Amino acid sequence: MFEYFYKYGSPRHFYDLSKMFVPWLGGICLILLIAGLTGGLVLAPPDYQQGEGFRIIYVHVPSAWMSLFIYMVMATAGATGLIWKVKVADALARASAPLGASFTFLALVTGSLWGKPMWGTWWVWDARLTSELILLFLYLGYMALQTAIDDRRTAARAGAILALVGVVNIPIIHYSVEWWHTLHQGPTITKLDAPSIHISMLVPLLIMALAFMFYYAAVVLLRARYEILENERNSAWVCELIEQRRG
Amino acid sequence: MNPRRRKLMLSVTFIVLGMGVATALALKAFQQNLLYFYSPVQVAAGEAPTTRPFRIGGLVVAGSVKRDVESLAVRFVLTDTLREITVDYEGILPDLFREGQGIVANGRLRPDGTFEASEVLAKHDENYMPPEVADALTAAGVQLPYRAKNTAP
Amino acid sequence: MSSLQSFLHMGGYAFYVWSAYGLSFIVLVLNVVLPLKREQQFFRALIKRKERVSKNK
Repeated sequence: MFEYFYKYGSPRHFYDLSKMFVPWLGGICLILLIAGLTGGLVLAPPDYQQGEGFRIIYVHVPSAWMSLFIYMVMATAGATGLIWKVKVADALARASAPLGASFTFLALVTGSLWGKPMWGTWWVWDARLTSELILLFLYLGYMALQTAIDDRRTAARAGAILALVGVVNIPIIHYSVEWWHTLHQGPTITKLDAPSIHISMLVPLLIMALAFMFYYAAVVLLRARYEILENERNSAWVCELIEQRRG
Repeated sequence: MNPRRRKLMLSVTFIVLGMGVATALALKAFQQNLLYFYSPVQVAAGEAPTTRPFRIGGLVVAGSVKRDVESLAVRFVLTDTLREITVDYEGILPDLFREGQGIVANGRLRPDGTFEASEVLAKHDENYMPPEVADALTAAGVQLPYRAKNTAP
Repeated sequence: MSSLQSFLHMGGYAFYVWSAYGLSFIVLVLNVVLPLKREQQFFRALIKRKERVSKNK
């Protein structure tokens, strides 16, 4: 099993394989996005309290979910690269950081745009918002480490350790609304009993979340391909690729 | 598994667990400061600061909102279903401010036990539903926050 | 008011809703375009270097 893993985990195989996957993942993402946006912006009824303003949920919540999910992927990939020295895992971790930062940024900004009309404020320093902001700084710190350290192997190792140190923040973000009084409301979907959102509003939300998931899968491969090229710029197979491009 | 990998694996576990324990202890120590707001019960028990401003959270008691006709001044009663506290505020209220709605007010406690708010924020709950469903629920006797007709600006 | 107009109006929340969606769109598109551009630049730079090397031979 490990042989298989190492074979397909080799940078070259990954580079070729990912080329095949990206268009498919991207295509599925586009279809889901169109379905989710139609459902969320047109078909879903307005909320009984927030009217049309609640439609921000369809970008805010999937972004927030992705910001947590991508961090876990980044930390896991970082640990895999650290322990088993899998180069592709390092590339995936490095490629995940800007995406995670983007989604965290979107979750914060769309939340702010939602908070202003509904809560009456752009920002409050409650536990949920503050821990999500710390997540953004963790991503930015990781990215800064990658640019600051020239040797890419050392950068990957340092980044993995930073990512692992920050993992503690993930459960804090998730449970902050239950552990402390916050302005942010409690969980809607992930509580154990039935979700407290009407089915006609829930379906587009889940479709949008799935669309964001496929988006991440497609774009992280796209970015990891570049990271691998950069890692292997002096290897024989990259030279071959360049010869092909010249010819 | 070779010894080097085992050592690395142990370090990784140690980092994650160590950070977890350290953070849990730190958060426990700062528990009070992480509360975004106090409830009327806590205020009644004297847990809230009396010298500096703090935030108070609760539900607006139905029928308690009295608006001044000439200014933006408003007075309402806030409850956590156990204790009540009267809040005075002058300014613009958020869209979601309604009777029965959860809100958070920032301000000071006056010596007479009423609360002088400098800022009022609405805290919405985690329920989302179409107006028709809300109507049906109300008809069935389920308590929902008061709904104002056409609240959009 | 036509239905398109009322759709764009978003019950008075137009600014908030459309900025949230617009910004998300921009960020998501940039995350696709920038790495593709960088990959192109990478190949261009390496091809140039190769040509220099082969000329000097």
